[in-house]
Amino acid sequence: MTLPGTYILRRLLIALPSLLGISVILFTVLALAPGDPFGELVSNPNIPAEVAANLRKKFGMDDPVMIRYVRWLGAMVQGDWGFSFASRINVSDLIMQRLPVTILIIGSSQVLALMIALPVGIYAATRPYSLFDQVANTLTFIGFSLPTFFTGLLLILVFSIQLDWLPFVYRSDIAATGWRFLWEHFKQAIMPVSVLGLFQAASWTRYVRSAALDVIRLDYVTTARSKGLKERIVILKHVVRNALIPVVTLVALQIPAIFGGAIVTEQIFRVPGIGSLLISAILANDTPVIMGVTFVFACLVIFFNLLADLLYGWLDPRISLR
Amino acid sequence: MAGSTLASPSADFKPPGVPPAARPKRAASLAEDIWRRFKRHKLALTGGLILLVIALAVAFGPWIWKVAINDIDFAARLKPPSLKHPFGTDDLGQDLLARLLYGGRISLAVGLAAMLISVIFGTLIGAIAGMSRGIVDNVLMWLTDLFLSLPQLPLLLLIIYLFRDTLKKMVGPEVGVFIMIVVVIGGFRWMPVARLVRAQFLSLREKEFLEAARALGASRARQVIRHILPNAMGPVIVAGTIDVAAAIIAESTLSFLGLGFPPDIPTWGRVLYDAKDYLDIAPYWALFPGTMIFLTVLSINYIGDGLRDALDPRRVL
Repeated sequence: MTLPGTYILRRLLIALPSLLGISVILFTVLALAPGDPFGELVSNPNIPAEVAANLRKKFGMDDPVMIRYVRWLGAMVQGDWGFSFASRINVSDLIMQRLPVTILIIGSSQVLALMIALPVGIYAATRPYSLFDQVANTLTFIGFSLPTFFTGLLLILVFSIQLDWLPFVYRSDIAATGWRFLWEHFKQAIMPVSVLGLFQAASWTRYVRSAALDVIRLDYVTTARSKGLKERIVILKHVVRNALIPVVTLVALQIPAIFGGAIVTEQIFRVPGIGSLLISAILANDTPVIMGVTFVFACLVIFFNLLADLLYGWLDPRISLR
Repeated sequence: MAGSTLASPSADFKPPGVPPAARPKRAASLAEDIWRRFKRHKLALTGGLILLVIALAVAFGPWIWKVAINDIDFAARLKPPSLKHPFGTDDLGQDLLARLLYGGRISLAVGLAAMLISVIFGTLIGAIAGMSRGIVDNVLMWLTDLFLSLPQLPLLLLIIYLFRDTLKKMVGPEVGVFIMIVVVIGGFRWMPVARLVRAQFLSLREKEFLEAARALGASRARQVIRHILPNAMGPVIVAGTIDVAAAIIAESTLSFLGLGFPPDIPTWGRVLYDAKDYLDIAPYWALFPGTMIFLTVLSINYIGDGLRDALDPRRVL
């Protein structure tokens, strides 16, 4: 079925206040912070005090907070995200350079997680307390108790240092073309993607299993079986879709954690994405970049929440009718 | 009301129909019952034992293993585990066992303190939202949902970046960083607790026993503290247990990114951060702290799982 346009529009209208709320929180944090973005200029001995004061006046640093917030938000909306102190280019350009890698890594790790969690969770739910279920359960517990930074180091230790199969530094400037280029990219993406993907798969498997277990006990599933439908059809057509409804909610709640894991993973494998950009900007006191990247992360979280909401409406038609 | 004041102090303290002498025994039997149910979960029990060993080791270990954590010895650089240094040494020849025992104190303390903050704050917000209808409830829940959709790690990093130096100047480097990390981690983890508590409040406040309490003239504060909260605590305890694990991971993540504790406070994450550049020549250096984090978090998660089963009255065990 197709989603009614009004439902999508309503979801968009709900997402907008959250985005505004996040921008307020971001700005408040920045306004409350002891240092100010011009600290870099003031401490620079080459700039006379009155020039710094004039600059402050020109950029309206002494105006009331409300006015500064509105002006800042206006600039952000228009795409004027400031200028990086460290690399001397526009923040928006810098982020746009780095964003595709992050999206690629996060996207493929989520696909990997889904490809593990769905079959394993559903198979475990159809045979609760069997050997398979117990092994899967233990592995998921281990999976989400292993922090991403430790799994990353373990993978590097085994596959890069001991076996020397995979490179442990992610390079964006691979000097090759065609299949070789793709192969090299695939090889260097394996470890970051599996670190993130396995961590997500662990918690998702648990969600899928318990949600499917709840649905399998319902009367309509018994009805479907007693109609003489094949078990495969009952599970795939009747159970899975309804079991996914609570799973989508839980996955949506985890989205911020996914981005947190992405930052760590990018840092370990030196993936040139926005996560490692954030860390290097923090270490270099590069305030405009820090603000920009944090805001991009916030937008991404809201966007994926919106996507989850739309998926929710598709899985459960009762919702979009309301 | 004047007539009832005499009777109420004693009547307040015992539920109707239960003779005072029987109460301590009943209370004990509830704890016994939870313990009996918890024991059934063998992995949770094992997790509890492992956590107990780790907690005792970091609490008393530094008094038994009396090697200074910052005892630099270049003759013993990057030595693999031996009798003299059971966990090996780092690039400055510092004893890793001593550092991990000491750092474990900080890691566990951060986990517990951050959990307390998130549970107290979350319970407060959830209770207020659950007791008040209408606009207050709506605003608080909107705020909770907003916090749930914040990108937590970037914001943690941003806040630490902005406030680190000021706090260090105010209360000293160790205490300042500790307070900041605990408050910031706790401050971003209260939302699930608030939602749980609110949901419990919404269902409990319509129950008959609460109607009875209201009919007896119990004030709102009394209804909340004596009647609703004790009944709402089950899921909160479970969430709080899992929160300790999450806070330990959060602290190690910050330290691993080099933005947590300074190098002279060797929390497990910080030791990992220092070890990651020596993976090829000294893998044990990274393996020990990583295993400590993993074991602690795994044990806590299993304990939480066991508590979930033990505290759920509908579940037959």
